[in-house]
Amino acid sequence: MKDPIIRLRNVSFKRDDKVILDDVSMDIERGSIVAIMGPSGVGKTTILRLISGQLHPAKGSIEVNGNEVSTLSHRQLYECRKDIGVLLQNGALFTDLTVFENIATPLREHTKLSEEAIRERVLAKLESVGLLGTEELMPDSLSGGMERRVALARAVILDPKIVLFDEPMTGLDPIAMSTVRRLIRKTNDELGLTSVIVTHNVNQMNKLVDHCYILAAAKLIAEGSPQSLAHNEDPAVDQFMNGRVDGPISYKYQKATDSKTVNPS
Amino acid sequence: MKIHWTQKNKLLAPIAETGHCGIFLFRMLSSIRFERGLLMSTLQQTYLIGARSLVIIMICGFFVGMVLSLQSINALQQFGASDQVSLLVGKSLFRELGPVLTALLFAGRAGTSVAAEIGLMKATSQIEAMQLMAIDPVQRIALPRFLAGLLSLPLLTAMFNAFAILGAVVFSIGVMGLDPGIFWSKLESGIYFGKDFMGGVWKSVVFGGLVSLIAVYFGYYAKPTGEGVGTATTRTVVMSSVLVLIFDFIMTSFLI
Repeated sequence: MKDPIIRLRNVSFKRDDKVILDDVSMDIERGSIVAIMGPSGVGKTTILRLISGQLHPAKGSIEVNGNEVSTLSHRQLYECRKDIGVLLQNGALFTDLTVFENIATPLREHTKLSEEAIRERVLAKLESVGLLGTEELMPDSLSGGMERRVALARAVILDPKIVLFDEPMTGLDPIAMSTVRRLIRKTNDELGLTSVIVTHNVNQMNKLVDHCYILAAAKLIAEGSPQSLAHNEDPAVDQFMNGRVDGPISYKYQKATDSKTVNPS
Repeated sequence: MKIHWTQKNKLLAPIAETGHCGIFLFRMLSSIRFERGLLMSTLQQTYLIGARSLVIIMICGFFVGMVLSLQSINALQQFGASDQVSLLVGKSLFRELGPVLTALLFAGRAGTSVAAEIGLMKATSQIEAMQLMAIDPVQRIALPRFLAGLLSLPLLTAMFNAFAILGAVVFSIGVMGLDPGIFWSKLESGIYFGKDFMGGVWKSVVFGGLVSLIAVYFGYYAKPTGEGVGTATTRTVVMSSVLVLIFDFIMTSFLI
């Protein structure tokens, strides 16, 4: 890989005694759109939290944009996060602020732009997500898809280098899903971002991403382009990509240290 | 599953939580920056939690003043000293009832609302979103609410006292027919600025800090679930009420 902007090396993570991630390594190339996929509860969101420095690994290293995030001080971590936009699963808009103020918040906090410049930038971002005219609305009057688009505008308002998406299409209707999908591609290409998407929506990801990582039972079981993974013969990959009930990935809850449900070939 | 040492020893858990709350207070105070944003959000919160508590404080103050003068006149009449009612009402109000009752009402009205609001922000990932935007939620969410509480309670206590005196005037002079001159002169000559009035002010400042700290602390560390938010609001009222009464005794023993 030419120029990885995010590099995970032999990362392990435990919650109490339960192994969530076991010896996971990834290189995410600058400018690409990458999906981290896998069944629910497998540790996909944990990877996003490790990348954003909310969690620290038990073992291994995580390098983001040249910084080893687990060793950064509180202040350095906040500095590093200015280059990372995050779109959380439910959008997480501030419910007491209007759409305009939600998007303007990072600008007001981290820049000394004039009110006029802030307005200009916020309206431009709203236009790019197709929501110009909603600036005075409160978040509770938006639909799920609109909330996600406002959250996307807020996530990229500081022109970050990396955007992390946590299940950006969950709970959306097919039209809203396609809209968000197209927006992620458009934003990524226009702003030269690197996008990391956590999802279990195989169909949508096949149309969007450049590279996929598949996790199962705490391990990375496969990686590659969506096309190559569609033809992967590994039983666990085949089970996940085609949504089969029977296969090596168990849908039953695994107690404590058992990370042996799947033996990656 | 690992068990934290404070979970093993229930006796030590409150001490550990007090220490944790102290660290949280230190984090809040060390994040104070003298800038326009903090001033504006503190003023906004002062309006939301202070000004909006005004009506309930005024109504309660008025009736506390009425009932206090009713009881006082009833007791003092037995000794032929009913003209001392304003002195008794004033002393009890400025020294004890004003700060304590206002703090208890404030904990129920504003403390719960702050704890629930912050808890809900946590449950809906707004606090997490803020951290991910490199914005310190302790500075932006907790601090303005804490400062607003600190500022609001002494002002609300002043309003409570004013309306309680009004209630006493209405009952003593209007209903019981006490001489207004005697009422006001006894009040003026018997209430000392330093001991009575300022003693109550200091108490209300401490209670304001205490109730707001408890509310923002329990809200901030609430479990991000519906039950967690409910527990945070209940604990805010219970802990605030108990600690206000304990601190009242401690402060009174020093101020008396």
